[in-house]
Amino acid sequence: MPGVSLRIDDNEVDASPGESVMQAAVRVGVKVPGLCQMDGVSVVGACRLCMVEVAGTPRPRPACATPVAEAMDVHTDTEQLREHRKVLLEMLFAEGQHVCAVCVANGACELQTLAAQVGVDHANFTPPPSRLTMDLSHPRFGYDPSRCVLCTRCVRACAEVEGAFTWGVAGRGREAHLVADLGRPWGEAESCTSCGKCVSVCPTGAMFEKGTSVGQRRVKRALVSTLTSRRERESAREVLK
Amino acid sequence: MSKARVATVWLAGCSGCHMSFLDLDEWLIELSQLVDLVYSPIADVKAFPENVDVTLVEGAVANTDNLELLKEVRERSKVVVAFGDCAVHGNTSAMRNPLGDPGELVAEAYRDAVTKLHGELPNPENGVVPALLPRVLPAHEVVHIDAFLPGCPPSAERIRIAVEALLAGESPELAPELRRFG
Repeated sequence: MPGVSLRIDDNEVDASPGESVMQAAVRVGVKVPGLCQMDGVSVVGACRLCMVEVAGTPRPRPACATPVAEAMDVHTDTEQLREHRKVLLEMLFAEGQHVCAVCVANGACELQTLAAQVGVDHANFTPPPSRLTMDLSHPRFGYDPSRCVLCTRCVRACAEVEGAFTWGVAGRGREAHLVADLGRPWGEAESCTSCGKCVSVCPTGAMFEKGTSVGQRRVKRALVSTLTSRRERESAREVLK
Repeated sequence: MSKARVATVWLAGCSGCHMSFLDLDEWLIELSQLVDLVYSPIADVKAFPENVDVTLVEGAVANTDNLELLKEVRERSKVVVAFGDCAVHGNTSAMRNPLGDPGELVAEAYRDAVTKLHGELPNPENGVVPALLPRVLPAHEVVHIDAFLPGCPPSAERIRIAVEALLAGESPELAPELRRFG
């Protein structure tokens, strides 16, 4: 299949049809910020942090969910996009209770790191706090909805990689939160295999291992991406046989 | 050149930001050549003075005393800095907010807890204990803030970069790795 050529921040990039702008950008060393995208699981374009400008289109588009096209001219880091990302991150901070100082993911949190990179040094929005409570019913893991950014990485990892389909999102707006088995306490969810993939992919400290304290998050986010790339390699080998 | 008049205040916070300030070690001696510390929890001054050049505000606004002092700070300071995560966004000081009515929280701690330490509630009306605000506020929700210095606590390095910039009349620019919350 013939490749396509495009420009990303003035870099010439060769890409395969079907690749996303984000994937092509990574190859030329352009890291587009994002929270919901993760290699190995499907694309949802939920967080809107990876919005990029494409010449000739009126609105910014999510780099993770925009396929490459011939002669596309993409800008990932304009003044307007920086401002847009800053406001989005401020809203994420305002919506939850992101108290980095007492969070298990302190120092290993993608939200915290992105806020520092983008220059969020305070939040201008203060909605009333939601009264969602933690789910600590699982023997090994916990879920704190006030730290959840609803990226749905866990939902996708659970369904697509583990095949358990335990997680879903319930509620609307500020009351939106994850539910196990359509609304059971996590510890009573029969579909859950306790594999911990959801905990490993969480960009914040919303999902955590019990018994870990401030800054003690140990699980590796790359776990799911590594598993899926190994599976792909293995199935390619099967085809060759 | 006359010395800059610098103040630090301690609202609803743990004083960790002030402790971090003291971590500036021998640079504090250099700093003392450049500034007069006109008000601070570590200086024995009773009332917040007039004509302050730079004030660092540690802590969130949790009670009526915090509220009054911060307003006074704003009126009497040219530059007001939110110093540390509690002043910047509420941080641990604001963790009571989702629990609602502070009256219930105080009752839980002082009257209904298993270890009834006091058995009676602190009474703000006798003027000894300030009343809690319904919601803990970051400093910028009460007054205009000129610069934000995140961190719990901000490291001595961050504080030095910010204070040096402020004394030079500039707005502090912290590198990404030096402006992380937490």
